[in-house]
Amino acid sequence: MIINHPLLGPRDAAEFVHLGDAAMIDRPDWQAKDAAEAFHDYLYLRDNPAGTYRELWYHEQGDRSWLVVIRDTITHDIKNVELARDHARRRGRSR
Amino acid sequence: MAYSAFRIFRESLTGNRGWKPVWREPEPRPDYDIIIVGGGGHGLSTAYYLARNHGITRVAVLEKGWLGSGNVGRNTTIIRSNYMLPGNQPFYELSLKLWEGLEQDFNFNAMVSQRGVLNLYHSDPQRDAFVRRGNAMKLSGADPVLLDEAGVRKLCPFLDFDNARFPIRGGLWQPRGGTVRHDAVAWGYARGADRRGVDIIQNCEVTGFLIDSGVCKGVETARGPIRAKSVAVAVAGSSSRVMAKAGIRLPIESHVLQAFVSEGLKPVLPGVITFGAGHFYVSQSDKGGLVFGGDIDGYNSYAQRGNLPAVEDVCEGGMAIMPMIGRARLLRMWGGLVDMSMDGSAFIDRTEIDGLFFNGGWCYGGFKATPASGFCFAHLLATGESHPVARQMRLDRFRRGKLIDEKGQGAQPNLH
Ligand SMILES: Cc1cc2nc3c(=O)[nH]c(=O)nc-3n(C[C@H](O)[C@H](O)[C@H](O)COP(=O)(O)OP(=O)(O)OC[C@H]3O[C@@H](n4cnc5c(N)ncnc54)[C@H](O)[C@@H]3O)c2cc1C
Repeated sequence: MIINHPLLGPRDAAEFVHLGDAAMIDRPDWQAKDAAEAFHDYLYLRDNPAGTYRELWYHEQGDRSWLVVIRDTITHDIKNVELARDHARRRGRSR
Repeated sequence: MAYSAFRIFRESLTGNRGWKPVWREPEPRPDYDIIIVGGGGHGLSTAYYLARNHGITRVAVLEKGWLGSGNVGRNTTIIRSNYMLPGNQPFYELSLKLWEGLEQDFNFNAMVSQRGVLNLYHSDPQRDAFVRRGNAMKLSGADPVLLDEAGVRKLCPFLDFDNARFPIRGGLWQPRGGTVRHDAVAWGYARGADRRGVDIIQNCEVTGFLIDSGVCKGVETARGPIRAKSVAVAVAGSSSRVMAKAGIRLPIESHVLQAFVSEGLKPVLPGVITFGAGHFYVSQSDKGGLVFGGDIDGYNSYAQRGNLPAVEDVCEGGMAIMPMIGRARLLRMWGGLVDMSMDGSAFIDRTEIDGLFFNGGWCYGGFKATPASGFCFAHLLATGESHPVARQMRLDRFRRGKLIDEKGQGAQPNLH
């Protein structure tokens, strides 16, 4: 697989490590009443879809940036790559 | 009719015209006591033990493709009971004991071959860890043997003992471990279940569950709805996809694991050998091919094929311990969907929906579990209680903080 890094161009996926579901960017609120339950789901449960998946990859052997990659888990076709920072900011995060 | 040497002799005299198909191909009935979803090793062994141990035979196994099309026909066939934690090891030791009597039990040649499993160690700390593991194995009645370098040299003189980076210092050997012909396991259990009255229905994909007020009353299939008192799901890599149809999210990710077979060589490997400083394991099939594998690719996948970096990594591991295989050509490789769980251990449990049961999370190591998994799942389905050796394999263990994490890796499926 080739990951088209937004800053560095096309890179071999072997340079990256895969963390998992990009939903992990949205940490639950630790002060909420149901925080224990929300953190259980956040930490341990996964949608694990067959098809389009939004996931986090880390460019460990490159510029150490975190990327959000949209990839088809049936074909391995990569549809979109962006910096995780841009994805998080769009979701209202300040940093 | 039972298989025997006498039968082979008689058939040879009568033109081999007496052999019958090994199982029936029945039409699905409208309802059963128990429906098992998934005709892999675990689904079939569950059906077999339901009939054999509990006398429950109004059972259907629904398989979306053909028997053996999933991981049971794709794995590297290694069996062993060298786990460490009390939530796992007694279960795997029961499985190994069941393997030992399996062929007589279901009257089918599964080529169970206890040629031994040797885990190499390369450093003092690793030796200490293996001593600890060996002691844990002993607690369950298993048969660990700690070998020093001379002991390993006697078994496997061809290894690269003086490798500059990863010298081989010894190994943890389990003589009762070995390999089994994987397809024959599916066929043997299928035949045994069928002979006791279980309906095995191929090309019958389950597309949904009939759930009424929180109770599961059957399944929707490509061949129409089928009702049952209990529905038991054992679909390995497809676990999340299937359970999502019942609205259940699982602590599982599906990953791809590849396997490799070389051209046929003269007998050279005495048993299964694993590299302790990287991920590589190898055995030699009876046809002579080296059967080997290593790490999962590391990203979620339902493709049943992997990528080249994992191939390279596996081959490097092989070259690091036995450079002599460098000249062998790779004949075939393929991938399978493995149901990687959040702590690397499996589930045999009921779900929050009454009448719906789940078996999965076997990661890359569920073939060896096939007999005990069916044995314990059948026990749960028939009695409503977890079997004592599977008591910790619960779906809610993360909520309770009772993880079974052999590697201590945390909730990161691709690292287990
Ligand atoms: C390359 C590779 C090497 C491995 N090596 C080893 C090893 O050496 N030792 C070891 O112990 N383990 C090994 N494993 C793991 C082991 O193969 C699996 O853990 C085990 O086979 C899983 O259980 P199963 O046999 O029931 O799965 P499967 O055979 O995959 O059975 C699941 C079945 O469910 C069916 N199914 C899916 N969805 C539906 C649906 N909607 N309706 C009906 N049916 C459905 C599938 O078609 C499939 O036949 C390996 C796995 C792989 C991929």
